[in-house]
Amino acid sequence: MANDFGLNVTMASGETINLKIQFGGGAELLFGNIRSHEVSIPAIAAATPSGSKQADRPSDITFLIQWMKDNMLKEREGLFVEGETVRPGILVLINDTDWELEGEGDYILQPKDEIVFISTLHGG
Amino acid sequence: MPPRTCQFCQNARAIIRRPKTGDHVCKECFFNVFETEVHNTIQEAKLFKPGDRVAIGASGGKDSTVLAHVMKTLNERYDYGLNLFLLSIDEGITGYRDDSLETVKRNQQQYDLPLKILSYKELYGWTMDAIVEQVGRKNNCTFCGVFRRQALDRGAASLNVDHIVTGHNADDIAETVLMNIMRGDIARLGRCTLICTQGEDTIRRSKPLKYAYEKEIVMYAYFKKLDYFSTECIYSPDAYRGHARSFLKSLEVARPSVIIDIIRSGEAFEVAQEVVIKEQRKCSRCGYIASNELCKACTLLEGLERGIPKLGIRDGKRKKIEIEATEPDGPLRTIPMFKLPSVMENSQAARTETTAPS
Repeated sequence: MANDFGLNVTMASGETINLKIQFGGGAELLFGNIRSHEVSIPAIAAATPSGSKQADRPSDITFLIQWMKDNMLKEREGLFVEGETVRPGILVLINDTDWELEGEGDYILQPKDEIVFISTLHGG
Repeated sequence: MPPRTCQFCQNARAIIRRPKTGDHVCKECFFNVFETEVHNTIQEAKLFKPGDRVAIGASGGKDSTVLAHVMKTLNERYDYGLNLFLLSIDEGITGYRDDSLETVKRNQQQYDLPLKILSYKELYGWTMDAIVEQVGRKNNCTFCGVFRRQALDRGAASLNVDHIVTGHNADDIAETVLMNIMRGDIARLGRCTLICTQGEDTIRRSKPLKYAYEKEIVMYAYFKKLDYFSTECIYSPDAYRGHARSFLKSLEVARPSVIIDIIRSGEAFEVAQEVVIKEQRKCSRCGYIASNELCKACTLLEGLERGIPKLGIRDGKRKKIEIEATEPDGPLRTIPMFKLPSVMENSQAARTETTAPS
C-alpha cells in the first residue's frame, strides 16, 4: 500500500499507519491533479514547527497536514496550509464526518482512516 | 472522541456541524434541514407562482449544481408548479468553460431538464479567448461580466422565461457586502442583499441560496454525490474579491455565524434616498437596457471591433471614454435586437389591465 510518498521517512522511524486521502472541489489541483491517494505515514508525529505540539505523540491530523505539505503538496502551498492547519475554506472530513465533530487537528489517526479535503475556494 | 448523536433525530450519528447554528446533524436530517431552509427562503420571499417559467443559471460549478438539484427536488416535493430550464453561457474559455459545460450536459441528463447553451461567440462574435488576446489580462473581467449579464437575459428570452435563478450563496453575498463597504459603493450596498432584483423591463433575478452557507452547499454536494466541476477561471483572478473572501473565511473559523451576521447587517442598512439612480433607457443599437445611448455591451463590442478596447472602460481616475453613438463606419459586428420574452409582454399587458382605473 505504501507508495513513494514518505517511504524513507517511515523506514527510519518504524511503525506506520496506512491512510486513504481524497481531494475534491479543486484541492486536487494542488496535488498533481490526483484525487485519490493511499499513503503510509509515521505512527508517531514529529513536533510542530512552532513547538505548539510536541514530538512522540501519536500521529494526529495536525501532523498529517504537516506531512502532506512536506511530502505530497506539489504547488502553491499557501492555498492548502495556513500556519499549522489547513487554510480556512478547505473542508476536512474524517471517515465521512466533519472534522469539527472529531476534534479537528487533535484527532488521532487510526489505520485505514479515510481523510477527505474539499476546497470551497474554487469557482462555483 | 465518541461519535456524536444527531441533535435533531437523537438517533443517527452526526456527520456535520452546521456553521449557522452549531447544531450537530446526521446525514438525513442535514439534507432535510438544508432543503427546508431553501424552501422557506423561497416561500418567505414569494419568489414563484404556479406556472412560472424559470431558468437556472448553470455553470457546472458546485453552487449552480446544488441549486438545480434542490430546485428540482422542491418543485416536486412542494408542487411549486414551475417549468424549470437550465441556462448556460459559454464564454469561450478553452480548458475552463468547455470542461464545465460537459458537466452541465451531464446534469441535463441527470435532472431531465431542458438545457440552453448560449455562447459569446454566437451572440457577440467574440470568444473570451479572442478578447483576452486583444485586450490582455487586465480588463478582461469587465468584458466577461458585462457580456455574461446580457447573455443570460438573452438566453432567458429565447427560452421564453421571465425569471432567472442563480447559485449565489451566503458567502458570496457577505463578500459583496464587505466589498461594497470597502469601496464605498453605497448604491450597490443597498441592493446587493436583495434576494430578487427586478426593474420595469428586466427579467427577474433571484438567489434562492442566499442564506445557504458555502460549507453546507459543498457538504450537500459531497454527501449527495452530485457531479460538479471545480477549477479557477484561467483568466481571472478577481484579486479584490479574493481578499474579501480570505478575510471572511478567516473570520468564519473564529465565529461561524459571521456570514449570516454580515448579510443581516447589509439588509439592515438604510440607504439615503439622495443616491441618484440613473434613469434606464433602451440601447439605440440593440434594444437592451442601457443607462446611456448605447448599452455597455454594445460599447465594449464596438471597442473590440474597432481595435480600441479601452472604449467604455473606466480608467484609474474613474473617467470613462465615451463614444458618440453614431453609425459605425465599416461593417462592424453588432448584437441582435433584444426582445423581452413574450411571457413578460403578456404579464405586462395583464398588469396594465389590472391597474387601469375602473
